[in-house]
Parts: sequence; C-alpha cells; structure tokens
Amino acid sequence: MAARKRTPPLVEMTVNGEAVTVDRAPMVRLLDVLREDLHLTGTKEGCGEGECGACTVLLDGEPVCSCLVPLAQARGREVVTIEGVPADHPLKRAFVEEGGAQCGMCTPGMIMAALSLPARPSLDAVRAGLAGNLCRCTGYEAIYRAVQKAASERIGGAE
Amino acid sequence: MRTALSRLTLHEPRTLAAALKLMRRAGPLVPVAGCTDVYVQLQFGTQPALAYVDLSRLSPLRKIRRQGDVLVIGALATFTDLICSRLVRKSLPMLVAASREIGGPQIQHRGTIGGNIANGSPAGDSLPVFAVAEAVVVLANADGERRVPFSAFYTGYRRSVLQSDELIVAVEIPAVEGAQWFRKVGTRAAQAISKVVMAAVRSPHPRIALGSVAPTVVRLPQTEATLASGAGIAEAQRVLKEEIRPIDDLRSTAAYRLQVSANLLEAFWETTA
Ligand SMILES: Cc1cc2nc3c(=O)[nH]c(=O)nc-3n(C[C@H](O)[C@H](O)[C@H](O)COP(=O)(O)OP(=O)(O)OC[C@H]3O[C@@H](n4cnc5c(N)ncnc54)[C@H](O)[C@@H]3O)c2cc1C
Ligand code: FES
Ligand code: FES
Repeated sequence: MAARKRTPPLVEMTVNGEAVTVDRAPMVRLLDVLREDLHLTGTKEGCGEGECGACTVLLDGEPVCSCLVPLAQARGREVVTIEGVPADHPLKRAFVEEGGAQCGMCTPGMIMAALSLPARPSLDAVRAGLAGNLCRCTGYEAIYRAVQKAASERIGGAE
Repeated sequence: MRTALSRLTLHEPRTLAAALKLMRRAGPLVPVAGCTDVYVQLQFGTQPALAYVDLSRLSPLRKIRRQGDVLVIGALATFTDLICSRLVRKSLPMLVAASREIGGPQIQHRGTIGGNIANGSPAGDSLPVFAVAEAVVVLANADGERRVPFSAFYTGYRRSVLQSDELIVAVEIPAVEGAQWFRKVGTRAAQAISKVVMAAVRSPHPRIALGSVAPTVVRLPQTEATLASGAGIAEAQRVLKEEIRPIDDLRSTAAYRLQVSANLLEAFWETTA
C-alpha cells in the first residue's frame, strides 16, 4: 500500500479568516506557500532556519516560524499573517510612532510575536516574548517601547 | 544546498498504530514532530531522506499525566506544554526551567520533548534533566513497547538504541527527592546553543548531569560520590575537572567549558544549601 505512488491530498486551511485550498507538496514550507501561492509577502524570510523570527505567523493562535512548518501541518488549521492584523491595530500604530521599524524586515514578525504577549507586559515579559525575533537596525529599545505603548492602549479600550 | 522540498513525500497517519505500521512496512521513514531540527537540516541540505512521517496528529502522544508516583510525558509534548503543565511545575521544575531556555517562544510552541531526545544533540537542553531524573524512555514498534533507562539510551555521538521502525512514545519520570537545579550557559539567553548545561538534584545522594562537555549528556558519578561523602565543594570541583574531558569546538574551548562546569557545580551547591 505504502509503496504505491500517491498524489498528496490538497491542503485546506484558513488564512486570515478565509478558507483556502492549496495544491502543493506536503513538505513545502508554509512560508513559501504564503508568499508564492497566496501572495502574502508581508511574511518575510530572514534566515530560513528558525533563528530570526521574520517569518513568524500565528498557527492556531500561537506564534511559530513559518520557515519550519511543513504545509501539511497547517492542514485544517488557522493561520494569521501580518496582513490579517488590521492597519489601525494599536501595535502597528505604535511601531510607526515609536520608530520601532527602520528597514522593516523584522517588523511583521515582531508584531506577530507581540500579539501573544499578556496584557500590560513588563519589560522582561516583552523581552522574553520577542526573544525569538532578531532586529539588525533598531537596537530593540524602540521596539520594546512600541510594544509596551500598544499594550497600554489596548488596556485603555482601543480594541 | 537546500533540499528540494516539493520532491519529498510525507505520510500522515491518524493513529499511533498506523504510524508504527508505516515505520515497519514503508520505511525507512524519518519521523517529524515540531520540525524545528528537521527543517534546519533540510535548509542546510544535510537531511538526505526523501520520505517522512508526520507525528503531529497523534494527539494522545501529547498528554502529560501521572501514574502513581511516575510522571508520564508524551513524546509530542511541546516545551510550551511543559512550561504550562501544573504537573511538571510541581514535580519536575527543572524541566520547566530548561524548557523556558530553549529557543524563543516560536521554538517552544513547536519543539517537542521526543524530538529533543531523538535528535540527541549533546547540547540538547532537556537531556541533563532526564539524566538526573533517572527517566525511562518508552519506545514502541508495531509489535509493542519497550522501556529503556535514559542512561542506556545513547550509545555515542548522536547515536542511540532507537531502531529504524521505532518511535519514542513517552518519557517516564519517577519521583525526584531533593531540590532541583538547572542552569544553561550560552552566548545569550534565548536561541543560543548551550556551551555548558547542568541539571542537578540536592539530596543525601546528589545527582549531577552535564551537557555539551562530551559526545553525549553525562552523569558525574565520581563528583556525586565526593559531594555525598561530605567533602567540600573545592574537592568536588577538583574531581569534576578530572571526570570530564570537554573538547574545543566552534562554540567554545575545552578550558572554558571545564571552568564553567566547575563554577556551575559551586553555584548549584551554594543555591541549594
Ligand atoms: C532557532 C532554534 C533554536 C533552538 N534552540 C534550542 C535550545 O536552546 N536547546 C535545545 O535543546 N534545542 C534547541 N533547538 C533544537 C530543537 O528545537 C529541539 O531539539 C526540539 O526539541 C526538536 O523537537 P521537534 O519536535 O521540533 O523535532 P523534529 O525536528 O520534528 O525532529 C527532530 C529529530 O527527532 C526525530 N523524532 C522526533 N520525534 C520523534 C519521536 N517521537 N520518535 C522518534 N524520533 C523522533 C526526528 O526524526 C528527527 O530526527 C533549537 C532549534 C532552533 C531552530
Ligand atoms: S526566516 Fe524563519 S526564523 Fe528566520
Ligand atoms: S528594522 Fe531592520 S531588522 Fe529590524
């Protein structure tokens, strides 16, 4: 049975709230499917090996590196990318206002990781929550400021 | 060169029995769980296998439970699962400490305990914990299960007793008496591979394990016996420096690892006094 050539089944998943069906091989990276097949190029590739977090998306609500996720493991699950975060989201605004983005390569991943921080995170909690995301430009301080500012706004009822 | 992923096949069994049957009949297959090691190998082109089997849908293997005095952690439990588990926090806090220092949140959400053990890096951060906890690794194939003491699991650098038709299904941890301690020394707190990692238990019979100082994780029986005999920490540090023979590599030097190991021993002894 197993030796027979099989056509891998299509992969159905939810991306940013919409049901999508993808006809790609099961071991292809979720990152490539998002960027190449679904044209969601907000998700970036930095290292391709899980180190930099530029490719972070939410998989069933948890931040993961989409460069390390085989497409098949997204089957039937919910994926949220930076395109699924509203333009006026407090996090996006705060990154602009605080200078949390310079070249912008790390920014989508930073925001996706920051989305799962607890309410009113301490600076230590922000650091821990973003420990899987590298930034070559900002020196991190502006990013931490932006995240803490957005968190206080959200508590303030902006969401 | 990066592996061409579109040419790889993936089996997606729904049950452990189906997975084990595939491992036996359709092998050799490389199992994948959280993929945080396998996809790095694919990115570097160092994983030659063309056929894989996805374990991630075998949700019963993700359970963490107690059986009498024994803590049973399913192979698919992620580091986040371990950090959040009340059972693990209560009976094996050193494993929570280790899990918190593995990668960043993205890796903790995906990386599994079975993957950490099977991958068998001498720098695997959970491994010293299982060594001092005197864990038992539960392996299964299509015929049934067998239990291997963690101390007998590795046979050399990235080599273990795991057969090509077997999967790790769980780790069993007997009750640990005494104060637990864990410390990882790397280049930075998150994401860094350990230069030295130590887990230890303070009791009348202290237990100490080190990672990254040998081809596999190691217990330090002579150092443990020295501490148990009531000799001072200075004597125990001297014994430790005789007992391990770390090497120079990309991440660190032998001399540095020796000194850090001795320092960690002292830190353990002082903080658990
Ligand atoms: C950025 C980054 C940072 C990291 N940081 C750390 C760190 O700080 N400390 C650390 O220890 N590790 C670290 N790792 C390594 C990795 O995350 C861990 O080893 C993790 O536990 C692997 O689990 P996985 O489920 O992702 O394994 P996978 O990649 O799915 O599999 C790893 C290996 O185990 C085998 N395998 C998996 N599950 C089973 C099973 N149930 N039975 C038999 N074989 C199995 C696979 O065939 C493969 O050979 C890091 C990795 C990355 C990418
Ligand atoms: S591209 Fe995925 S972590 Fe860097
Ligand atoms: S803004 Fe350039 S990498 Fe962060």
